[in-house]
Amino acid sequence: MTTTITPNRSATLQTRDGFAQLVHAEWTKFRTVRGWVIGMIVAVLVTAGIGIFVAAGDAGQSCQAIGPTGSSSGCGSAPALPLGPDGEPVVDNFYFVRQPLTGNGTLTVRLTSLTSLLPPAGQGLGATPSQPGTVPWAKAGIIMSATSLSTPRAYAAVMATGANGVRMQWNYTGDTAGLPGAVSAGSPRWLRLARDGDTITGYDSADGAHWTVVDVVRLAGLPATVQAGLFTASPQLPARAVNIAGIGQGGGGPTASTAVFDHLSRSGAWPASSWTGGYTQGDLAAEAQGVGGYHQLAGRITVTGQGDVAPAIPDQGEFGSSENTIAIYLTGTFVGLIAVAVVATMFMTGEYRRGLIRTTLAASPRRGRVLAAKALVVAGVAFVAGLLGTAGAEVVGTSIARSRGTQDFPEPWPAELRMIVGTALVVAVVAVLTLAVATIVRRSVAAVTIIFAAIVVPYFLSAIATLPVGVADWLLRVTPAAGFALQQATPQYRQVDAYYAPVSGFYPLAPWAGFAVLCAWTLAALGGAVYLLRRRDA
Amino acid sequence: MSQTAQETLHAEWTKLRTLPGTGWLLLAAAALTIAVGVAVDAASTCGSVGCEADPAKLSLTGVQVGQAIVAIIAVLAISSEYSTGMIRVTLTATPRRCSVLGAKAALVGGLVLVTGALAVLGSVLAGRLILPGRGFTAAHGFPPLSLGDGPDLRAAVGSVLYLALIALLALGVATAVRDSAVAIGLVLGLLYLFPIVSSVVGDQHWQRHLEQIGPMNAGLYVQATVGLKILPLTPWQGLGVLAAWAFGALLLGAVLLRLRDA
Repeated sequence: MTTTITPNRSATLQTRDGFAQLVHAEWTKFRTVRGWVIGMIVAVLVTAGIGIFVAAGDAGQSCQAIGPTGSSSGCGSAPALPLGPDGEPVVDNFYFVRQPLTGNGTLTVRLTSLTSLLPPAGQGLGATPSQPGTVPWAKAGIIMSATSLSTPRAYAAVMATGANGVRMQWNYTGDTAGLPGAVSAGSPRWLRLARDGDTITGYDSADGAHWTVVDVVRLAGLPATVQAGLFTASPQLPARAVNIAGIGQGGGGPTASTAVFDHLSRSGAWPASSWTGGYTQGDLAAEAQGVGGYHQLAGRITVTGQGDVAPAIPDQGEFGSSENTIAIYLTGTFVGLIAVAVVATMFMTGEYRRGLIRTTLAASPRRGRVLAAKALVVAGVAFVAGLLGTAGAEVVGTSIARSRGTQDFPEPWPAELRMIVGTALVVAVVAVLTLAVATIVRRSVAAVTIIFAAIVVPYFLSAIATLPVGVADWLLRVTPAAGFALQQATPQYRQVDAYYAPVSGFYPLAPWAGFAVLCAWTLAALGGAVYLLRRRDA
Repeated sequence: MSQTAQETLHAEWTKLRTLPGTGWLLLAAAALTIAVGVAVDAASTCGSVGCEADPAKLSLTGVQVGQAIVAIIAVLAISSEYSTGMIRVTLTATPRRCSVLGAKAALVGGLVLVTGALAVLGSVLAGRLILPGRGFTAAHGFPPLSLGDGPDLRAAVGSVLYLALIALLALGVATAVRDSAVAIGLVLGLLYLFPIVSSVVGDQHWQRHLEQIGPMNAGLYVQATVGLKILPLTPWQGLGVLAAWAFGALLLGAVLLRLRDA
């Protein structure tokens, strides 16, 4: 019986020509070269190993630093940072002169003076503030808060600041600017808060007659009775980099601020007969030193305080703040990147060296697709290697730190996930970038060196060696090393004065914007690689 | 018939000299070292408040970048023979493999010494001209850089030796692993691993150890001219640590070269 001739050959050819077959062929090449597989395993091991090493070294230090008490509570006995409503760590300790307010009501006050004392130069964290000066984010004003002492508080406040004009702030992270300029007896600031249900409106005025709304905020679930009153906060000054040799010790230290209020007026139900003053966390060392307090004299209320009510920033030596973010466990990434770059380079240059490229291109004449298949394979392998390395470093690192009793700066879980998966993505994209560069230059040493110079050197110079901040920021904006921004643990807050520099873990670009810079470089390199691969003889 | 040492040297010199990249890379190493030094000089300021910088170290910062190019030159000196198969011809002509490696080490080291001397002289000159304008004046306790000054001379000579030792270290590693990509990756990783890890390890004890054993950290102590008392090692001891790394790598390379098929 004669049947139709099966179109066997053409069907086979078609599948061979398919992209899936091409990817499979490249995957076979990759997994059968022992050195490349070993290279990727090395990448995982060094990424995780260095992270674990850092965690072990770090945990050891905290225990030694606390002292030879021998008790387990001696290790990292610093109090845990309180968490705000969104799970972000906050600083919540300030001098609060308060009374309960039941139901709706308003509080109006005039602020005639806000002065600050800075620590004497070169005395560090233990110093008592004694030098008159300006604390840019010293805060004095009025606040309505759901609770008097506990954190997190739902709150809204309108305040004058040391150098940032009038602000309305709420729930730690909210911040709106009001009248600019500093407070003085000649140029006082009138502040008003009005509660209406869940809504609090902040007003400011220069003369007490013409009022401007600063902002209107809704605080969900505000109880019927809130604590309202006057407050003063004075955050610690951050240490600044003095020169290329490192962070200067002279700049940082505690501050104290004093505000003078008068023309206090209220409406609504204020059942208490007198004011209560105190630090919101009560046990601040400042009170032991006698810094902080209030007194009333002929309608004038003077409030002195330290501390802050704001998001917490890591590595600034704040009261009770943990030093390190979990980003330090990702330090091994750059060594893992070198290993991945070496393998990705050889994945392409190996073909040229052995002449295999001619076979590869004969089997699949559409050269762009060959490069795409190679990129897919190397990106996939690098992503898995990066993820194993970073996840291993984070999981083992944090558990070592926890078992030794040291605390990392707490992270909301989305940020932690972004850091781990994002770093793996950086490793994958760098692998593709390396592949593209290797296709362009076709020489191993040149490709590895270009990748090293483009990624590791800028990272090293800005985040490790202390280049001047301007240069470091610029490097991490334009080079592919911008992708490391995905490792930034905490956002920058304009309302917190801190040392926002690459060396303390703050990148000039937002996490995904930095990643986009890396991707743009990679796309450009891939474009060049496809063009040259098509144009040149193999 | 075996060659004399002079003939081996001559053969290696011919190969090194006729590689198209060698001259350009040497030029690039010197230019990059000076350029980075100038940029750092120009970006540094020493204000009226406590200025802790070390002017000699500042103007020689370029060495930290130039060393990468030096490492490339050294890696290529041996791994290009493996990638082209030239190594088989070389070893047939000169069966005493250690003399081949010795000749390569002498030539690469010598070339880097000459280039490094030029780069360091240029950097010191730039520092001498630029730094006084950036606040590093005698009034702030910083006399201009001068090779007549003991510590400055040590920093300059030490930096030249540092670059040569980096070349020998890279040559040793490349001989041991043979593949150029792996060799350059290993050398660069080895150099930058210790400073990056020691900067994030909180434990001061570990930090000190890492800085003592890292080839880059320890070797660069030779550039220090101020604050010598707080350094974990003296300048020459630091350079000694790097020399030990370089010698160890060369020894490993030599042993593997003798034991393995080419």
